[in-house]
Amino acid sequence: MKAIITVIGQDQIGIVAAVSKQLANLNINIIDITQTLMHGSFTMVLMGEWDDGQTSFATAQTALADLGKSLNLDIRIQRQALFDAIQKL
Amino acid sequence: METKQILETIQMISEERLDIRTITMGISLFDCIDSDGQKARAKIYDKLTTSAKDLVKVADQIQAEYGIPIVNKRIAVTPIALIAAASHDDNYVAYAQTMERAAEALGVDLIGGFSALVQKGYQNGDRTLIDSIPEALNATSRVCSSVNVGSTRSGINMDAVAQMGRVVKDIAAVDPVNCMSLVVFANAVEDNPFMAGAFHGVGEADRVINVGISGPGVVKRALEQVKGEPIDVVSETIKKTAFKVTRMGQLVGNVAAERLGVPFGIVDLSLAPTPNEGDSVAEILEEIGLESVGAPGTTAALALLNDAVKKGGVMACEHVGGLSGAFIPVSEDAEMIRAVSKGNLNIEKLEAMTAVCSVGLDMIAVPGDTTAETISGMIADEAAIGVINNKTTAVRVIPATGKGVGEQIDFGGLFGTAPIMPVNTNSPKQFVERGGRIPAPIHSFKN
Repeated sequence: MKAIITVIGQDQIGIVAAVSKQLANLNINIIDITQTLMHGSFTMVLMGEWDDGQTSFATAQTALADLGKSLNLDIRIQRQALFDAIQKL
Repeated sequence: METKQILETIQMISEERLDIRTITMGISLFDCIDSDGQKARAKIYDKLTTSAKDLVKVADQIQAEYGIPIVNKRIAVTPIALIAAASHDDNYVAYAQTMERAAEALGVDLIGGFSALVQKGYQNGDRTLIDSIPEALNATSRVCSSVNVGSTRSGINMDAVAQMGRVVKDIAAVDPVNCMSLVVFANAVEDNPFMAGAFHGVGEADRVINVGISGPGVVKRALEQVKGEPIDVVSETIKKTAFKVTRMGQLVGNVAAERLGVPFGIVDLSLAPTPNEGDSVAEILEEIGLESVGAPGTTAALALLNDAVKKGGVMACEHVGGLSGAFIPVSEDAEMIRAVSKGNLNIEKLEAMTAVCSVGLDMIAVPGDTTAETISGMIADEAAIGVINNKTTAVRVIPATGKGVGEQIDFGGLFGTAPIMPVNTNSPKQFVERGGRIPAPIHSFKN
């Protein structure tokens, strides 16, 4: 399964490390990653790919939401099809 | 995919309140007809609870996986007046209670189809159903009712118009809030996913998934970027935004249909407001350049908005249906409520607006002493706009029993608060009491 993970919030030390560590724990492979500061706010977009058999979507979602809560960041994971549908002709 | 597009999509959902307003499963009840009412109701309960058993679960899954809120999960059934007619029951309240029990068991928000189609005349089931509406709506909380009193092909059934005025008053006498569960239509559509007017038409498949989208906030935000530009730019901007919003509806509908093993019907491209700030159709009209909704120019701005939404949406999905357009329910739109409270918007202007947008006089509170004949007159006017212009129109008015102009009525949650609006008190009694039918209109010599 492929999904888009977005991380938005106040910049702080160790966000990339924490997120990628959590993804590794979930057996999610990062196949694309981009990061920038937009209007002072840390913004990272990752594309993750994993085997549904190993990690369910719900598990990944809960784990990332928990991490977001602990770091005071908004972390979302959404299936890529949504973005394709809205943005591509 | 570019980061900018991903972030734009997330902003549409998180800040601009883009959502799927409803996933509605249409279910045919023709195979539940029985000469024994009790057996018919048992079959109805079984069919509903079997057909839609995974509806809420699948909707919740899609919401989680795609990160797009799905606000309502609903069911629409074949008009009960057709299903119950064979039973010779003299009251259909028990059918509404069966629908309620099934909806409760399934966890769906609302169930529509306690309906009758009497645009040309009544069959016995229609008569019994309409007589049962006040009691049925009082005995249930999730059941929605609709009655179609006119169509472009058959004209307007004035007997039904007169009766529906009395029915609205009877409902209000017990509890005015129940009036929001009843819509009186002209040219009712068979695949509308929005309540209170949803029912599963007789020409539909056994089961079908229809999706209603929303997103006034997204359109408003897009228009903020083109301040002062010519109207052509406004129209193009609305089209592009409607395209994106509709694509999301198409995606969600397809996924839901596939997971439920039910054919996908239509996307209803409606801009449906809620009382939440930033989720208002009136604010879009004001962004286009009106000081307040209700100002001269409102009808033109709404016509532009409605048409551009359809043009953008039609290309974005395989099948468009339902009501498709901009909704203007007064109590469900924070800016409409403000405009009414300040005296900037009256019923006559709203009536003009209904000639160019989806649906009609919707969620409008009128004084408690408004007569049945006056309500029938309002229904007849709306039906005439729909029948002559070949569009759907509807009336959902709430006589606020015991209250008058200057007071307000609260419907709770998504349904908002409505300031009570003054109504012209000259009586249409003799016109309404004539009964009979307004003949179908001519389709040539359009001027």
